[in-house]
Amino acid sequence: MAAVQRKIPFVGTPDTNPETKPFFDGCAAGKLVIPQCVQTGKYIWYPRGISPFTLGPVEWKEVSGNGTIYTYSVMERANPPYCIAYVQLAEGPKMMTNIVDCDFKDVKIGMAVKLKFIDTENGPPMPFFAPA
Amino acid sequence: MSLKGAGYIVGAWEHPTRKATDKSVTLLHAECAKGALDDAGLSKDDVDAYYCAGDAPGLGPMSMIDYMGLKVRHMDSTDVGGSSYQVAVGHALQAIATGRANVCLITLAGRPRSEGQATGTAPRAGNPSQAEMQFEYPYGPATANMYALCAMRHMYEYGTTSEQLAWIKVAASHHAQYNPHAMLRDVVTVEDVVNSPMVASPLHRLDCCVISDGGGALIVTKPEIAKSLKRPLVKVIGVGESAKNQAGGETELTYSAARWSGPPAWAMAGIKPSDIKYASIYDSFTITVLMQLEDLGFCEKGAGGKFVMDGNLISGVGKLPFNTDGGGLCSNHPANRGGITKIIEAVRQLRGEAHPKVQVPNCDLAIAHGTGGSLGTRHVGSTVILERE
Repeated sequence: MAAVQRKIPFVGTPDTNPETKPFFDGCAAGKLVIPQCVQTGKYIWYPRGISPFTLGPVEWKEVSGNGTIYTYSVMERANPPYCIAYVQLAEGPKMMTNIVDCDFKDVKIGMAVKLKFIDTENGPPMPFFAPA
Repeated sequence: MSLKGAGYIVGAWEHPTRKATDKSVTLLHAECAKGALDDAGLSKDDVDAYYCAGDAPGLGPMSMIDYMGLKVRHMDSTDVGGSSYQVAVGHALQAIATGRANVCLITLAGRPRSEGQATGTAPRAGNPSQAEMQFEYPYGPATANMYALCAMRHMYEYGTTSEQLAWIKVAASHHAQYNPHAMLRDVVTVEDVVNSPMVASPLHRLDCCVISDGGGALIVTKPEIAKSLKRPLVKVIGVGESAKNQAGGETELTYSAARWSGPPAWAMAGIKPSDIKYASIYDSFTITVLMQLEDLGFCEKGAGGKFVMDGNLISGVGKLPFNTDGGGLCSNHPANRGGITKIIEAVRQLRGEAHPKVQVPNCDLAIAHGTGGSLGTRHVGSTVILERE
């Protein structure tokens, strides 16, 4: 049985940090748009306007939304419980997220997952992942 | 210039309180300062350098310097969470070695228990201009589940088990039974730990440290002053600090910053892990201990589970006595920061002043390692190696 979906909080607004506007514009359009280091070609998480690999420029690119679970933990003390995770995107970087739309007992490291946007309580939709 | 031996810890004092409803955080800091100065045989006016971190109320060190009536010529408020105090020892050594300080006071205090903080299970919203905040807070990173992410991956890669992690709590509880100030003094079994309620899988309630009030303070001074005092000589022979994080998305959660803070400390000290008689290892959670033991070189990477089993961390039983005061897992974790109490217990061991039931015989070399911040996102590891002269 799929777990009850908790309400998702957000802090600030998509305009708080102007450099990450392409990410939030992507979220509003249902697309996962993240920075790619121009010099190394590496995709970057979390989103930022400068490459942590070179301090050089980034280009914002839409990624596939496919990934696998690198690690996870079910917060049993929360009501309702939720499953926090790092998902490794097909494009390389690992991003913090929640695994949703499933029985948390079925969650496993290495499981294939697929992007899904969920509205936050007081902010933009954000990227989550469900079993593929 | 090597910092080896540039400073000695001559004062080390832990506040006995675990619940301080009638004291302010600043008063706790000041009581710890007085305790450490009395322990050293020094007075407030001998202090010419002060070090604190984010648990000290006010802007940097300024309010505490004012409150305690200090007059200093060197100060540092580097805040890296629970390992700030290991960092402060290293920075104090630098100040002493370069003639900018003679007597360095380091304090920590807090009262999260009195203030009813849901320390480990409630995500805390921070300033949204903090670069990562908007990309993490929505997903509910508390403290417990961030360490749990590391434990889950460690189990996956190395076959580490909940029972092995439980041995770390078991060892801490064996020590805590002799500490009259410890919050949890009952000896627990592996079964007690793995049968305690799940907090954030795979970490159970008894995999977590306590939430307590309290504090501690240290006095670090130059060799000439240390040798003029009446206390046993505890020399700082190795220090190291390093920051680890998500590395732009190349996140690896099976090791800690100890992998990088340890080697310079070992090199400075000129000793190896097998020389250590007593280890204070930061114990916010059982997994924290296991990963740091591996990363500091006490066993091979991935072999931590086997290393901690069967009482190997219990004083008088195993090969590496650890956290003989009961540590954060059983005794206290003041201000949600366990770094300073790690150093204090190491000093007790080197002085021969630990509880007789847990005192390590002929304890001449000890390590006190801290991890501050969140193991699952970004943290700082800091290593201090001490020698009884």
